[in-house]
Amino acid sequence: MMKHFLDITRETCPMTFVKVKLKLARMDAGEQLEVLLNPGEPLENVPRSCEEQGYKVLSNEPTDDNKHLLLIEK
Amino acid sequence: MTLPADKKKISIVCFSGDFDKMVAAFTIATGAAATNREVTLFFTFWGLNALKKKKGRIATGKSLMARAFNFLMGGMNNLPLSRLNFFGASPKLMTMMMKKHNVATLPELVEAAHALGVRIVACEMAMHILEVDRSDMIEEVQDVAGVATFLNDSEDAHIIFI
Repeated sequence: MMKHFLDITRETCPMTFVKVKLKLARMDAGEQLEVLLNPGEPLENVPRSCEEQGYKVLSNEPTDDNKHLLLIEK
Repeated sequence: MTLPADKKKISIVCFSGDFDKMVAAFTIATGAAATNREVTLFFTFWGLNALKKKKGRIATGKSLMARAFNFLMGGMNNLPLSRLNFFGASPKLMTMMMKKHNVATLPELVEAAHALGVRIVACEMAMHILEVDRSDMIEEVQDVAGVATFLNDSEDAHIIFI
């Protein structure tokens, strides 16, 4: 299965969830997207906005350098 | 485009045409569109300047007055900061500060809004007064409409005036 990756640790609101949304829009159903993001606003908004749009958040794990890795399925 | 009936809607009236207020309008618009809302941006009066195809100062229109107004107002590159504009220097300084802090610049927000399918509507009356034709505006303008159409389309939407 195709797995995509997106690093939004250098983005700020609203581009954090805008970039995730645009990336997901270009993917096929069933494909997965790994998103590296910062705690705070992105961690609150990105998983929530994905779930609201019917995408599955498969995992949400903190990384060693105080970031988070999110796995989303379209 | 068919949309589910329960989709939340936001309509933003872009009136002022100020640089900072346009940043605010496009930030709300892209944020709302990315969180599954149907977004309409209605550009009227000074806001029309942001839709001009030519982004600099061009004397658009037929009458002398309209040509003077359009030249003096310019396009997207000439939007003034609502405070401390300093003859047009501040929007450029503000863009540098935005880049420094990794905040999306106005052109980036506009591009994202188009990619997210934000609906762009131009006010027919303001176009008439300022003698701006549809051919003078960017291709992303989906409709030219009046206030009645705007209100009908926005009946179950939050309306924000910027």
